[in-house]
Amino acid sequence: MAKANMSLTRNAMPTQDPKLRGHNFNEVALGYSEETAIDEAMRCLDCKNMPCVTGCPVKIRIPEFIAKIKEGDFEGAYQIITKSSSLPAVCGRVCPQETQCESKCVRGIKGESVGIGRLERFVADWHNTFCTEEPVRPEDNGHRVAVVGSGPSGLTCAGDLAKKGYAVTVYEALHTAGGVLVYGIPEFRLPKAIVAKEVETLEKLGVKIETNVVIGKTLTIDELFEMGYEAVFIGSGAGLPNFMGIPGEALNGVYSANEFLTRSNLMKAYLDNSDTPVMKGGKVAVVGGGNVAMDAARTALRLGAEKVYIVYRRSLEELPARREEVEHAEEEGIEFCLLCNPVEILGYKNPDDPRDPKNGFVTGMTCIRMELGEPDERGRRRPVAIKGSEFTIDVDTVIMSIGTSPNPLIKSTTAGLEVNRSGGIVVNEEGLTTRKAVYAGGDAVTGAATVISAMGAGKTAAKAIDEYLSK
Amino acid sequence: MYKIVEKKILNPTVIQLQIEAPLIARKAKPGQFIILRVDNRGERIPLTIAGVNTQAGTVKIIFQVVGATTKKLSGKEAGDYIEDFAGPLGTATHLEGLKRVCIVGGGVGCAIAMPIAEALHEMGAEVTSIIGFRNKDLLILEDEFRACSDTLRIMTDDGSYGEKGNVTIPLKEMLDGGKDFDMIITIGPLIMMKFVVKTAEPFGVPVTVSMNPIMIDGTGMCGGCRLTLNVDGKKVTKFACVDGPDFNGYEIDFDEAMSRGRMYSGFERHAYEKECNLFKKEEQ
Repeated sequence: MAKANMSLTRNAMPTQDPKLRGHNFNEVALGYSEETAIDEAMRCLDCKNMPCVTGCPVKIRIPEFIAKIKEGDFEGAYQIITKSSSLPAVCGRVCPQETQCESKCVRGIKGESVGIGRLERFVADWHNTFCTEEPVRPEDNGHRVAVVGSGPSGLTCAGDLAKKGYAVTVYEALHTAGGVLVYGIPEFRLPKAIVAKEVETLEKLGVKIETNVVIGKTLTIDELFEMGYEAVFIGSGAGLPNFMGIPGEALNGVYSANEFLTRSNLMKAYLDNSDTPVMKGGKVAVVGGGNVAMDAARTALRLGAEKVYIVYRRSLEELPARREEVEHAEEEGIEFCLLCNPVEILGYKNPDDPRDPKNGFVTGMTCIRMELGEPDERGRRRPVAIKGSEFTIDVDTVIMSIGTSPNPLIKSTTAGLEVNRSGGIVVNEEGLTTRKAVYAGGDAVTGAATVISAMGAGKTAAKAIDEYLSK
Repeated sequence: MYKIVEKKILNPTVIQLQIEAPLIARKAKPGQFIILRVDNRGERIPLTIAGVNTQAGTVKIIFQVVGATTKKLSGKEAGDYIEDFAGPLGTATHLEGLKRVCIVGGGVGCAIAMPIAEALHEMGAEVTSIIGFRNKDLLILEDEFRACSDTLRIMTDDGSYGEKGNVTIPLKEMLDGGKDFDMIITIGPLIMMKFVVKTAEPFGVPVTVSMNPIMIDGTGMCGGCRLTLNVDGKKVTKFACVDGPDFNGYEIDFDEAMSRGRMYSGFERHAYEKECNLFKKEEQ
């Protein structure tokens, strides 16, 4: 085998020019070529103790798939990944690898870690482009399992169980499968065709997907058992958006990030032929500093905004979004208003004409400057308002991206299903809830978190369900 | 895909459809709604359920042609299919224990009020119905209301049918006359519901209002349907899709809800004209 590539820096990810991409919804990152992938793979030292795997919530055998890339056996690499992950093309794009597998990489001690995420994406895309072999549908083991929600945790749980021969039906409340992968994460970061392809792969494994079924309303968890399912996994996702409770949040032009992104992503409001409206153009402020806030800001830009601000109450250092997303946003011209917190959203009111069509629409937002004070219980320095430092920014749209609270639909219709103080479903380490044979995972349990941690929870629950039903 | 099994034109702008959706028909209760999408590029719109036939597995919806989506839906015939139909969503209207109820419906809102009046009638409650329309041509469901109401008052803005004036006139008259309703349930335009609440206030009669704000998912995810309630002097945000659509009328900030309803009026006018042009082209 060729000698290891000892370059301290990883191969750069080719991206669309920031000037161009700010005006289209095409994917920003373009992916490695075969040559670049092999060159990057050569940076892997194939550590025997595999520290990277300990950082992966679904325990992908990372050095093994990278070894296959070194050999040019890309399909072989895919087969190794797919043993652990049901959604490789998705994870290769949206996982925060820098805080997971890549943070444990030995190469990262001196220089940059191996671009594990980029390699995973390359392998999955290679498979989706060139592999014509259909996945083999395993023999039916006679057991039936229902999965609630077709987001990352539900799809992972369904995929793992289907591979073991379970007859799995996934119930989705919306009209398209994919959960946050289709309504939340934008096209330019995760093309919807890729999500559809991953869902199709699961269907070929025998997973049935029923859209337009709202569990807790159309059917209850108890009815699923009456229908003959022997176990249920709840992966219903995060719930209602939080608002700040400041004056003006009901004005026209104030969105939750969930609503703004759903209009653009799921309902395709960015396309000319969509019937769903969304406010386009103008000046936009996004409140919050997570990945969802970055997605909303960059979506607003692509919808034609002339100016987009991220308003975040702490400093860049505490900003919870992935570095890569922050960098992309900065490159595209998003302005970061850090150490700054909204206190009021201002609206138009014509005193002479109550029928003025501009009445009730946002005209600006008053913010106050913040400074970092004493650390809170989690060690993050608490932002404190600086008295008298209020100022107003001129905006037409405000997008609140400050988290969500759990959805009450399933809890309120399922007797004996316990939730914690913040409304998340209570589970043990295997994902079992306080109801027999009912498992749960993902944001429905933890509150808003990452795609991969939801997938990890789906995987854990699938294993537990298999053990429970094969007893 | 969901099949339209029957179509009935109730008046020049109001249409009734029976949609095949057995799972929803089995569960739906008065006051709940569905979300539908006409085709694969359509928007999701909420419509309150106007009745179900559990044996046939059908759900009845009644809608007024007000925008591009309802215009498109109005072009569908029996035997055609619509893309998506999900529900039943929201909480059912609380009817337990009610004995003397006044139902106040306005326009197409009467379609939603009717199953509630029917349910109350079946429970043995005394039902007074006041239904209002702009004019005689827009009147719907008269026979149905007559069948389940102990008293029925029909109002039209121009006096072309029933009595002339709006729904608050007979309501005030009855309340002044000492009628002791234990609940007023009102469904219709926001401005009408606001004045029903105002009329009832001096008499201390509880009022339930059915809100119909702009929604997308309808399942407690997007937050677009949020309303501000004044609860004991404190402002509280509630979501019509999971907390409603029924609310205590005294707590609702109607002016804010009306303003929020106008968010896309410019877009909607444009989309409606486009849809109408398409219709004209097809006719030619």
